[in-house]
Amino acid sequence: MSIRTSAPANYRGRKVTDTIMRGLSIVATLIAIIPLILIIGYVTIIGGGAITTDFFTKTYEPPAVSDSGFNLGDLGAPADANAVPADTNAAPTPIDPNATPDPFAGIDLGALTDASVSAEPNAPPVVTDDGAVPGINNDMGAEGTGVAEVTATGGVLHAIIGTLLVTGMALLISLPIGILAAIFLAEYPGNPVATVVRFCTDLLSGSPSIIAGVVAYILIVVQFKSFSAIAGAISLTLLMVPTIVRTTEEVLKLVPESVREAALAMGAPTWYSTFTVVVPTAIAGIVTGVMLAFARGAGETAPLIMTVLGSNNISFDLLAPIAALPLITYRYTESPYPGENTQAWGAAFILMMLVLLVNILVRVATRNRLQGR
Amino acid sequence: MTIEASPVAMTIQQLKPFYGKRQAVKAVDMEIEPHKITAIIGPSGCGKSTVLRCLNRMHETVLNARAEGEVRLGSENIYAPDIDASLVRRKIGMVFQQPVALRTRSIFENIAVGLRLGGINNKAQLAERVEQSLHAAALWEEVKDKLNQAGAALSGGQQQRLSIARSIAVGPEVILFDEPCSALDPISTLKIEELLLELRRDYTIIIVTHNMQQAARISDKTAVFMVDRDSNEHGPQGVLVEYRGTREVFTNPQDSRTEDYISGRVG
Repeated sequence: MSIRTSAPANYRGRKVTDTIMRGLSIVATLIAIIPLILIIGYVTIIGGGAITTDFFTKTYEPPAVSDSGFNLGDLGAPADANAVPADTNAAPTPIDPNATPDPFAGIDLGALTDASVSAEPNAPPVVTDDGAVPGINNDMGAEGTGVAEVTATGGVLHAIIGTLLVTGMALLISLPIGILAAIFLAEYPGNPVATVVRFCTDLLSGSPSIIAGVVAYILIVVQFKSFSAIAGAISLTLLMVPTIVRTTEEVLKLVPESVREAALAMGAPTWYSTFTVVVPTAIAGIVTGVMLAFARGAGETAPLIMTVLGSNNISFDLLAPIAALPLITYRYTESPYPGENTQAWGAAFILMMLVLLVNILVRVATRNRLQGR
Repeated sequence: MTIEASPVAMTIQQLKPFYGKRQAVKAVDMEIEPHKITAIIGPSGCGKSTVLRCLNRMHETVLNARAEGEVRLGSENIYAPDIDASLVRRKIGMVFQQPVALRTRSIFENIAVGLRLGGINNKAQLAERVEQSLHAAALWEEVKDKLNQAGAALSGGQQQRLSIARSIAVGPEVILFDEPCSALDPISTLKIEELLLELRRDYTIIIVTHNMQQAARISDKTAVFMVDRDSNEHGPQGVLVEYRGTREVFTNPQDSRTEDYISGRVG
């Protein structure tokens, strides 16, 4: 009896099934991962293009137009079709009008470029009141295209500061609350209160973020009659605490009972064994949970709309409205100015990099320095 | 030093361990002699580990577990209401079946953690006590050059001796061993057994083992527990059937159940 002939009758079928199942899991993995890669790539390429020094060092500046005397008043005039950059696909990079002698240039709404702007891409907002009529009427005949570009100058420094401030504050509040609550759930599992808390955190961590926004709006914004950074931080706390509690509890439960017993057996009180033995053993998992919570908090938009409102200036006042990267991304995406659309991508890119950076920093800070592991 | 002079290190009186409503072991009465190795043997489920864990109040760390009765260290009842369990455990240490090297700590810190807990923070003093404990656990020669490496990098047998060193460092009078060799290879087991015989000079030792040869080799007295399958409505219950000198237990058992067990007919 050889190995081959002793194969059972259903051997071939089993082998086919095995191959099919492996193929399916690979396909599913690809389907799951390709959109993620596309998103990251898209944000990196488009958003990365928006990154300039100004982007980090300047705050909001009104969209600038060509220095050829384009009047802001005309921008809003619905009759003047050329003033409204309707084609959002227009490349924000300056186009040399002479290089494209286009007979239709005069009526191409997308060609928002002006030679003079390309020379001075970072020109401050120009609102001339010398009475000159817009470039369309003045220069167009000579250059073939006279439509002024509406560039978004300035940067998002105010939003970066706002996000760091609001999310950092939310993290400061939710970190101790979340971890201590998780310790209670994991180390005193029989308590009936623990069951209730566990149920509530499950419910909260699955609920839409707008709920946290509404709660913070009614309880804080309405009560104090002011949008504020602190209201935003509290609304984010409502979202971050359940994430921290649940992930921390799960990793604390993974710490073997023998470790707790060893600590107790040398005469350690429960709190000592928890904080010097159990928590350090589980620290990597706890950090992951906190990172998830931070990432969620940093990216939330809905609660911030209802609590921090947004701002165009750098603000450190916790009781005043403040800017935030997700808000900028949201508002600038809706903006009619292509320059601001690009800045929205840039803000999304910064948000992504921020989460990545904090992730790396925390991992480096909490890595185990002992040798021989 | 009064304890060394006394003929009894620990007295167990009418000890009844419970899990919830279920009494796991029938009332136990034992006297543990100082500087002797007392072995507790018996088949699975006889409650030998439960009784051992009652002797330093580790039993009550299990959910819904409690114990009734008295366990005295010298003349003090460890179950007295005004005595804190963590203080009891500093006097009556415990080493478990699974060696535990605290993962995030170095070899040095694995031992220093208990000392710090006892209020010793002086560096020189810490180093001295750690070295003493490692010597006492016969581990010093193997680890003296790598005290700052992770305890988890040691072998199983070394980790178990590290666990013993951690117990010793706190300064107990009695050390309880809960099947300390069942996760170890024969050579590591031999080292631990030799170590136990050494430690007997300074400490009173109680060891739970499912290895009868081990009990016969190293213990001075042996307690045999058996399972009483139909004692009450809550299911099987452990019961202490015999507690005498090891030689007598193995050569001339008084109880027929002991005889069946050590000759391999039950358990």
